[in-house]
Amino acid sequence: MSNALPPDLIRLVVSLAVVVGFAFANAAVLVLVERKVCGHIQRRPGPFEVGPHGLLQTAIDGLKLMGKQILVPDNADTKLFRLAPILSFVPPIAALIVVPFAKVLQVRDLDIGVLFILSLAAVNVLAILVAGWSSANKYSLFGAIRAVAQNVAYEIPLLLSLLVVVMWVGSFRMSDIVAAQDGFWFVFTPMGFVAFLIYFVTGLAETNRAPFDLPEAESELTAGFHTEYAGMGFGLFFLGEYTNMLLMAAIATTCFLGGWNGPWFLAVSGTGVVATLIQLCWFLVKVYGIILVMVWIRWTFPRVRFDQLLNFCWKVLIPISMANLVATAVVAKLVPLG
Amino acid sequence: MIPRPDPSQETLVLNMGPQHPSTHGVLRVVLRLDGEYVLEAHPVIGYGHRMHELMGEVRTSSGFYANVGRMDYGGALSFGHGHVLAVEKLAGIEVPPRAEYIRVITTEMNRIASHLLWFGAFLLDLGAFTPILYSFDDREFILDLLEHVTGARLTFSYHRIGGVARDLDDKFIEGTRVFLRRMRERLDVYDKLVTGNVIFRKRAEGVGVIDKDTVLKYGATGPVARGSGLAYDIRRVEPYSVYPDLEFEIPTATEGDSFARYRVRLAEIEQCLRIVEQALDRLPDGPVQAKVPKKVKLGPGDAYQAVEAARGELDYYLVGDGSDVPYRMKIRPPSFSNLSLLGEVCQGVLLSDLVTIMGSLDLVIPEIDR
Amino acid sequence: MVDEVRAALEAAGAERADAVDHGALGVHVDARVPAGALRKAVEVLRGWEFLIEDVVGVDAAPEMMVVYHFNHVGGGCRVRLRVLTDRESPEVPTIQDIFPGANWHEREQHDFYGVMFAGHPDLSPLILPEDAGDLRPLRKKDKRLKSLGDVLPAFAPPEAGGEDA
Repeated sequence: MSNALPPDLIRLVVSLAVVVGFAFANAAVLVLVERKVCGHIQRRPGPFEVGPHGLLQTAIDGLKLMGKQILVPDNADTKLFRLAPILSFVPPIAALIVVPFAKVLQVRDLDIGVLFILSLAAVNVLAILVAGWSSANKYSLFGAIRAVAQNVAYEIPLLLSLLVVVMWVGSFRMSDIVAAQDGFWFVFTPMGFVAFLIYFVTGLAETNRAPFDLPEAESELTAGFHTEYAGMGFGLFFLGEYTNMLLMAAIATTCFLGGWNGPWFLAVSGTGVVATLIQLCWFLVKVYGIILVMVWIRWTFPRVRFDQLLNFCWKVLIPISMANLVATAVVAKLVPLG
Repeated sequence: MIPRPDPSQETLVLNMGPQHPSTHGVLRVVLRLDGEYVLEAHPVIGYGHRMHELMGEVRTSSGFYANVGRMDYGGALSFGHGHVLAVEKLAGIEVPPRAEYIRVITTEMNRIASHLLWFGAFLLDLGAFTPILYSFDDREFILDLLEHVTGARLTFSYHRIGGVARDLDDKFIEGTRVFLRRMRERLDVYDKLVTGNVIFRKRAEGVGVIDKDTVLKYGATGPVARGSGLAYDIRRVEPYSVYPDLEFEIPTATEGDSFARYRVRLAEIEQCLRIVEQALDRLPDGPVQAKVPKKVKLGPGDAYQAVEAARGELDYYLVGDGSDVPYRMKIRPPSFSNLSLLGEVCQGVLLSDLVTIMGSLDLVIPEIDR
Repeated sequence: MVDEVRAALEAAGAERADAVDHGALGVHVDARVPAGALRKAVEVLRGWEFLIEDVVGVDAAPEMMVVYHFNHVGGGCRVRLRVLTDRESPEVPTIQDIFPGANWHEREQHDFYGVMFAGHPDLSPLILPEDAGDLRPLRKKDKRLKSLGDVLPAFAPPEAGGEDA
């Protein structure tokens, strides 16, 4: 039997299952973490009733969401309405394929890894647009309009800041980028630091996290693009949002924070089981550190206004990232890497 | 006129409300939008109308009294205070000084609670989730104290014609002194947490500017008027109760924008603390209830009583016909006039600014609808 | 201040403008204005720093009364204007173009009493539902209706004895 199936395929299927499972587990944990962190920021314990310290709260909530009827509004475009949550959830999971969790823990090491991730991440805006349009609800439409303008604008500085890294390394391949950071992380170079800050801010905007959560600004648009979604339709948007956060943090870790590399004195670059576990730990610590900062920001800041958001992008972020890119090009020419 | 959809124009008519997170109740604002810009904002009210004025004309004053707290769930004691003052004025009843001091102490505590509620809700409108839980923490402290003395947490029904229902006890007085100390520290926390935040400043400064003349034309009062540079506070310009004996300032700001109203309200909390502190120090001994005839006969004649509620000037106009049931009872709630200027202020602002402006007006819809 | 306002109101056509005891009645100036002179009187108040408080209807026989309250922002001068109008078809001129804040107050009184505010652009129901029609909830039914002189002695016919508020 084992001869009938190519081992590569088995490896692919198993890794895909692991990645999808990881995405779900990540969302479940993040929802709980978000609520707990939010609770402690707000001087309350957060969910506390289900299970010890409320640890099972997310599981119960997930069950509740699955048990709910999926309602489609009368005037909605039914096909698109049902498609949108899937569009929002699948691409970020697919993008996880090229993320190097450790030296050997990577499903596919594409030579266009960064491009692959960014193109899949861009589908998110399509999902929001489809959801907002098909709902036949004015608030949803407003959410969609905002999302498109916001994501299109913020995609530019996002790409420019990643280009800094790509230009430095000279490769789109994720494993090359990590390997280039063996010893020093890009975040500790002046250009890398600026690019990291820009990337972080645009990442917040791309994942529609506060203070840039305008597409779902609930005090203005009730719930924005997902106003009409109930049950698992909403649940999938939720999963998509948290997977997107994970993806954004994973790219930041890979491109700026040295990926699975530990700090200098703790770097482990082997391919054995123990070394892989250590590398995985470093990777996850960095990823969840970034996510915690995102959560922290969400519960601390008010929401920006729409025009301020776009002005900030076009007038501040894009010029700075352009200048940063030019500076990187000059320096990379003068000081070849390695 | 309520905006209607017009296919010949490239505008969108949006019904904000009656159920909407930032209309704080059942207010409906019909908007005509050009993209994100508000061309026209038309508030539609009356969804929570309960005809309190008619109830006031068929019940005795003490029978109606329980209704007034239901109009403003945020600052119910000011509404009660105004009502009993109006009835006492028309019936010619003298109130013992201790009762009047107690009324002022509890009303001011209630005013702080109301401003704290507003503080949280306003920032929630701006998308900041956390401050509301900080301010509710302090508000709980006040509500617990008031519950101890009045028996209720929101609709207190604490006043009686000619006095108050229960005397203050040591537990309340001690607790209030603890609260005064705590609240002064907490105001600094609020300042650090919110006032300097750059996103908050950008959202609130210069948004919803209401000039002096608009305030006069629309009869806006309370922090809305004071944020526009008018030092108009009934407690000072038309003193009632024991306010003339107490030292406090009327905080004002001249910018007239949402941030000015924010600053005025926070400064008012400080002044309320001063008032409570002084009133506690001067609290005289004596009865808390005057001798009042079984049937409080009103008039014939009419009387007008203005008080400063948490949201602005609250007026009761009572016409008595010599019986114990008022012939006419008119309530002039502050939010009614404050909301009526929304249409003028909101021309050409962004949708997000509309939410900011509505939040900064501190609307309580049941009081508008009565 | 009070005397100036009284004089100005009388010059604007008020029948009488009395200074009354604020402590007992809650207002400083109590003026009786014929419907025709109302707008002029209100314009006088608009010229000073008065803000509009409310517009109140009082249903009585034989005539009903519409009461306007204004207050000076500096305090010390709260003005009441009383306008008498026919009970069957009450009509007074609107003041919403002078004080836009009166717009809602007038609509509210139109809801409750059916008072026509001549010149008002939109008297559609404000607080009552759109289909309220002729509900007029605050109109007194026959049993409850009293004569104006009984509730406000100042308005009693001279022979009944009541005089001067």
